[in-house]
Amino acid sequence: MNALVLDPLQWTDVGAVTDVPLRGARRVPTRSGDVAIFRTGDGRVFALKDACPHKGGPLSQGIVHGHAVACPLHNWSIALATGEPMGADAGKGCAPVIPLRVEDGRLLLGLA
Amino acid sequence: MSARGRERLVVVGNGMAGCRAVQEVLKRDPHRYQITIFGAEPRVNYDRIMLSPVLAGEKAFADIVINDEAWYADNGITLHAGVAVETIDRAAKVVRGAGGIEAAYDRLILAVGSDPIRLPLPGADLKGVVTFRDLDDVEAMVAAATPGAKAVVIGGGLLGIEAAYGLSKRGMGATVVHLMDVLMERQLDASAGFLLTEALAAKGVETVLEAQSEEILGADGRVAGLRLQDGRVLACDLLVMAVGIRPSTGLAKAAGLKVGRGVMVDDVLRTSDPAIFAIGECVEHRGQCYGLVAPIWEMCRTLGEALTDGDAAYEGSALSTRLKVSGVDVFSAGKHQGGEGCEDIVFRDAGRGVYKRIVLEAGRVAGAVLFGDAADGAWYFDLMRSGAPVGDFRETLVFGQAATEGLRGLDPSAAVAAMADTAEVCGCNGVCKGEIDRAIADQTLTTLEGLRAVTKASASCGACTPLVEKILKLSLGDGYQAQTGPKPVCGCTHRGHDEVRRRIVDEALKSMPAVMQALEWTTPDGCASCRPALNYYLLCAWPGDYRDDRQSRFINERVHANIQKDGTYSVVPRMWGGVTSAAELRAIADVVEKFEIPTVKVTGGQRIDLLGVKKDDLPAVWADLNAAGMVSGHAYGKALRTVKTCVGSDWCRFGTQDSTGLGVRLEKFMWGSWTPAKVKLGVSGCPRNCAEATCKDIGVICVDSGYEIHVGGAAGLHIKGTEVLTKVASEDEAVWAICATAQLYRENAWYLERIYKWMDRVGLAWIKAQVEDPDQRRALYDRFAYSQRFFRIDPWAERVAGRDAHEFNPLSRRLELASA
Ligand code: SRM
Ligand SMILES: Cc1cc2nc3c(=O)[nH]c(=O)nc-3n(C[C@H](O)[C@H](O)[C@H](O)COP(=O)(O)OP(=O)(O)OC[C@H]3O[C@@H](n4cnc5c(N)ncnc54)[C@H](O)[C@@H]3O)c2cc1C
Ligand code: SF4
Ligand code: FES
Repeated sequence: MNALVLDPLQWTDVGAVTDVPLRGARRVPTRSGDVAIFRTGDGRVFALKDACPHKGGPLSQGIVHGHAVACPLHNWSIALATGEPMGADAGKGCAPVIPLRVEDGRLLLGLA
Repeated sequence: MSARGRERLVVVGNGMAGCRAVQEVLKRDPHRYQITIFGAEPRVNYDRIMLSPVLAGEKAFADIVINDEAWYADNGITLHAGVAVETIDRAAKVVRGAGGIEAAYDRLILAVGSDPIRLPLPGADLKGVVTFRDLDDVEAMVAAATPGAKAVVIGGGLLGIEAAYGLSKRGMGATVVHLMDVLMERQLDASAGFLLTEALAAKGVETVLEAQSEEILGADGRVAGLRLQDGRVLACDLLVMAVGIRPSTGLAKAAGLKVGRGVMVDDVLRTSDPAIFAIGECVEHRGQCYGLVAPIWEMCRTLGEALTDGDAAYEGSALSTRLKVSGVDVFSAGKHQGGEGCEDIVFRDAGRGVYKRIVLEAGRVAGAVLFGDAADGAWYFDLMRSGAPVGDFRETLVFGQAATEGLRGLDPSAAVAAMADTAEVCGCNGVCKGEIDRAIADQTLTTLEGLRAVTKASASCGACTPLVEKILKLSLGDGYQAQTGPKPVCGCTHRGHDEVRRRIVDEALKSMPAVMQALEWTTPDGCASCRPALNYYLLCAWPGDYRDDRQSRFINERVHANIQKDGTYSVVPRMWGGVTSAAELRAIADVVEKFEIPTVKVTGGQRIDLLGVKKDDLPAVWADLNAAGMVSGHAYGKALRTVKTCVGSDWCRFGTQDSTGLGVRLEKFMWGSWTPAKVKLGVSGCPRNCAEATCKDIGVICVDSGYEIHVGGAAGLHIKGTEVLTKVASEDEAVWAICATAQLYRENAWYLERIYKWMDRVGLAWIKAQVEDPDQRRALYDRFAYSQRFFRIDPWAERVAGRDAHEFNPLSRRLELASA
């Protein structure tokens, strides 16, 4: 009951789920760079560091399709769940995944 | 223990869970307990989920009673109907109800369900504002349901939709108001949600999505309407709140039991007091609360064991949902929305209005959404719960159990050979294997196209194409010729651009989900290739009706500026025909200094590019440019880009016509139009061609006797000189011919196909024939002009005025400002 819970993450409310357009993304600037929050057609949300593993393109500006985003600079497809490039570019780095939780329709971003 | 030696079991709650638990106990040991049930509702145990058909008038209360009075009597159960328990005295092991009725217990079961959430809106206590939970609510609604009256239901989940449908069946005009952009978004994806919206509309239920309720309006103490945050008012005589439920925990909390979101229970449904158990919607088990009956049945089975010294543990439940609206089949289970490491199999049959999405994870079914044909819901749910690998029958999985079990376990070609002549191959067109074999033999068919033309097998959704091809291969061996049809739009469909464009117009398809369903897209919501194409095709076909889908536009077109390699943007204002003024140049200079824009460059398109603008500054930069009369140059769009001109007869000693004036006129009329690929124009005042008109998409060379119109040039990846399309005598005719050509291209080309490539495909002669025919030319011109009524609008000014503001603001700045 009074067990010590060690949660090293700081959860910050950054807005409502509906603030992110369906099949779209929003950007959250942080002191360690921008984070991109995506919402897919089926209503799931994901967060990645807003930098493409290719040349740092802002993924938040890409087209969201299925559970992937097409980078706006050179059209790599990045899997939202893992931040990894898909298809021909698989295996070439990844955009770090940022912990994200939804509670009562609010988006909580977890940063250490 | 009671005097007669039997243990006393008291149940609080005469609902679904309470009575089922009693049944489970009786089934195992009919004589062990002396049972007392308290029920706040003044009636026997009935099937709550069937309240929806009762509301719709499809069933009567008598039809939905589960346990009638005889059942209580036969089992020696004391029922206190209409008596709510008010306290639990745990020390004395006694519950006390309204009117002083008491019962002592050895074991107590809490099965008090949940309470509907009432939004704390102003006006929520007006008469005519109801929730949807029990028979009293249904009776209140039926009483208010005078035909012709209007009902508004807040909440587009299962309950809200069933309420709206029921009220509409009773003759009311019903509208569902939903906060989210998809109905039943917790169970459905956007495709199925769209189909549901359409199906409900066909049944007279309107849907208002993305609507935040603000205030309930009243007149004489009765509800009169609902005001939304955007100012809209929906008039109504009845307002149903179906926005969710909250586990009923008040009684347990007052008794000092451990309560979280629900009454906390362990794996045998025991609360923090070992003599008290809890089941149903009021509990929280392993962090989970449930709002459906299937998990409740499982809980009751476990509790039945526990109360009869059996050994069982409840470990949580997988969930599936089925909507109960007659004629609208909807099923959803598991990870219907996919997720990490998941794959989708999508099947659409436009003819039957069917959409199925099966989600696979590690070769197993992880979820399913079925719309229009949910007959296999239980089968997918079983596959999901059993976790059986489905790799062996993946190909037929989406066709359901019958199709799959017909073929299971056989190697593919043997399976095809073994198929009976009567086995259905193409579900859309009802074609059996025998018919295909006969067609191949009788008509000496060798291609898939040929077979499709004759039998229609695989001609609709195409999902059975692999199977049909196998049958062809099997019959023909090496004689089989693989398909060489039109190139598909993308991997989401086997259909080509022409067919898609034609059907959007012929079938009046006016939204992206409508196209994907009618044309049987094989993905839930398309991809980054087809979505921009469809968005363009739709806005070209329905300029006045279609609502642009921003999320299907490439970033440049979404924010009306060009993204640069460092994530900043460039801004290119229009400079009509390449002509500018001191005032415009001064405004540009001021903007550059004010926003510290690092680079100013003259482009190859006769205008000025401001490079390196920060995204958040874009609206402010545009506001200043707008103030000086400048508008977007669409340097970012599949749209009209530039109209280059030379100085022409105004100044040049060789100029034959006012090339500058014509260029400015063309640009002022044509700007803002969206096109399959970018369109650049050039107007030169004489054949010396200083405006390079003969390497533009459409060019004009002015000559003494009039205007030569050229088409199909390019000087980018490929260098192509133009061809002469036609020659006209007056400037007006030149404008008509050019706009007609542009419209012909807009209506016929494939997305991303520039004019010269389109011309290669359809031929100059065909283009010429259309544009030179006076009636055709007029009609094309008129359609272009009509479309321009909607698109000749400065997108910058719209955004300066606040449109899409979220695009230019971060979601939150809290983390940027937060201290470390
Ligand atoms: C700015 C400019 C270069 C310059 O500094 O002069 C330019 C810049 C770009 N051009 Fe261009 N093109 C520019 C004139 C041209 C011209 C010359 C002309 O228009 O007379 C051509 C050759 C003529 C033609 O289009 O055929 C030209 C042929 C291309 C092509 C090849 C197109 C093709 O179909 O072959 C591309 C690639 C594409 O569109 O896919 C391209 C693409 C681009 C893009 C949009 C690359 C991109 O996707 O980001 C560049 C955007 C820069 C920006 O952010 O503003 N640009 N580009 C010129 C802007 C013109 C304007 O005022 O709008
Ligand atoms: C209109 C409608 C349609 C539905 N459709 C579906 C469906 O299609 N599929 C599905 O799976 N689920 C459906 N549900 C949900 C399903 O009905 C519930 O999950 C289920 O009824 C919960 O059972 P329960 O016993 O926990 O609660 P209930 O069935 O609500 O029973 C609780 C009972 O306890 C009584 N009570 C409360 N407090 C006290 C007290 N202090 N003293 C005495 N009695 C008390 C209440 O009056 C109530 O009768 C639907 C629900 C509604 C309202
Ligand atoms: S020529 Fe290449 S590098 Fe130069 S502006 Fe055009 S696209 Fe960019
Ligand atoms: S930076 Fe993302 S694809 Fe190049």
